[in-house]
Amino acid sequence: MPMSIKREGFAAILHDRLIPIGTVLLAIFALWYVFTVVLNAPFERDQAERAGVEISTSELISKTMAQKRPILPAPHQVAVEIWETTVEKKITSKRSLIYHTWVTLSSTLLGFALGTGLGILLAVGIVHSKVLDKSLMPWIITSQTIPILAIAPMVIVVLNAIGISGLLPKAIISMYLSFFPVAVGMVKGLRSPEVMHLDLMRTYNANRSQVFWKLRWPASVPFLFTSMKVAVAISLVGAIVGELPTGASAGLGARLLSGSYYGQTIQIWSALIAAAVLAALLVMVIDLIGRSVTRRMGVVA
Amino acid sequence: MSMVFIVTALVFWIVTWAINNALAKRRFKDRTVQAGVDILIPVLFGAALLVLWEGICRGFSVPTVLLPPPSMIWARITSSLDILWADFQQTYMKAVLAGFVMGCGSGFIAAIIVDRIPFLRKGLLPIGNLVAALPIVGMAPIMVMWFGFDWPSKAAVVVIMTFFPMLVNTVAGLGATGHIERDLMHTYASNYWQTLIKLRLPAAMPFIFNALKINSTLALIGAIVAEFFGTPIVGMGFRISTEVGRMNVDMVWAEIFVAALAGSLSYGLLALLERAVTFWHPSYRSK
Repeated sequence: MPMSIKREGFAAILHDRLIPIGTVLLAIFALWYVFTVVLNAPFERDQAERAGVEISTSELISKTMAQKRPILPAPHQVAVEIWETTVEKKITSKRSLIYHTWVTLSSTLLGFALGTGLGILLAVGIVHSKVLDKSLMPWIITSQTIPILAIAPMVIVVLNAIGISGLLPKAIISMYLSFFPVAVGMVKGLRSPEVMHLDLMRTYNANRSQVFWKLRWPASVPFLFTSMKVAVAISLVGAIVGELPTGASAGLGARLLSGSYYGQTIQIWSALIAAAVLAALLVMVIDLIGRSVTRRMGVVA
Repeated sequence: MSMVFIVTALVFWIVTWAINNALAKRRFKDRTVQAGVDILIPVLFGAALLVLWEGICRGFSVPTVLLPPPSMIWARITSSLDILWADFQQTYMKAVLAGFVMGCGSGFIAAIIVDRIPFLRKGLLPIGNLVAALPIVGMAPIMVMWFGFDWPSKAAVVVIMTFFPMLVNTVAGLGATGHIERDLMHTYASNYWQTLIKLRLPAAMPFIFNALKINSTLALIGAIVAEFFGTPIVGMGFRISTEVGRMNVDMVWAEIFVAALAGSLSYGLLALLERAVTFWHPSYRSK
């Protein structure tokens, strides 16, 4: 195994983060361009053959990157589409990607908040009641092995049928997906105080709620943020999938669906990139909040 | 008449709750009895939930389009076994299994390569971690365009979804051996491959099985959601989306039952396999 050289400060960031990650990203973009040419070339060759003209290689390559409905759009095509639909369109416009992202984001956040609340409540109940623990916990664990997302269409349609539509049905799916990781993580977190600490609380003659607020709750905060990172990512997935079955008119999922109906690959890719950026941002925000909270609580990172 | 159902269900709920309460508080000396009781409690709870569901549906005569009672779902399951089986074959046996094997396999191989080259580990791991949190199911429409309506496109979605968890977990697992163990292998003059196969891979097994278990659920989700974007007229996702449109909610529940059964059985199977492979791990040693 090669000896690793210890670097510090900026050099460490440069050599351990920027250069390797940058290289890999560059490689991904290069591969993307290669695949663009390879996948889109048959169509152009076919076109040229039908028109009865010879096509030079350089012409072929430039044409594969400027198709209207390419099999794989080139990165710069996606970038142009994203620029046009975010900066050049009004936010209120139905064609604005920001508008669609906002629709998805709002149901994601609502579902995430509901799911986190429900997860915490369940975990508190499970930690404090032996019956709940023994009867509910096995089901919570089993339910994680079930493809819950499969019921998304049914929830949407059924809630629509009884007159609940718009934000709430999607948020319910997000909630349903996101409360499992929070519940499981919080049960672990609330049980994480050591026996010694619990005994200490006993010698202080602390009652249950004091033990909870002064010991269990603070001890569970790192677990809470770890599971919230999982939960926010999964609730975004829930919101996107929740937009699929209703033939929804707005949201990133609706963009994906309409893109796939009309073969608008560039639109699909730009919606995908928007979803990816959104997911990364959400996870990052939770991570930052988690770090600052644990630092204030005196945890040495 | 309708009140009878509700009252019966409530009484059943209260009785089972009381039994569970009594059972949970007692400690049994015999270990097998304790294990049996630990299984009995959730089973009773589940039964009470089903009875309550049935009672509420019948008692308040909830329209079956909204929420069919369990008995009706069960009747639908037993009466349409052939359709369910065909869907299961299309979605699980073809798309999920093929995608799962390819995704986990390529993730594993990529992890070994990444582990060998530190530069790649620094560059690829942060990206892999990020991608694992992204909504990859969104790739489904593109895969359907590329690989057609039949199961290969679903398998492709499953491959992408399962690749990154496997990569990230395996790399973490390969780093899980301590210095002392590696130094020991060094004193035995073992080469890279011997160390890998005899020490580092076995030590990585808990991580690998963790990824396999995560992936078993992800794979099923990926295949089902990908079918929402276009399929031949068979498959679990196809059935769910069309029967929802026709308001045959009992069929949807039947399909979900199958999905749940498939999901938990494959998870259980992986857990058993894990126990057999990582028998040395502290969490499985008998106390």
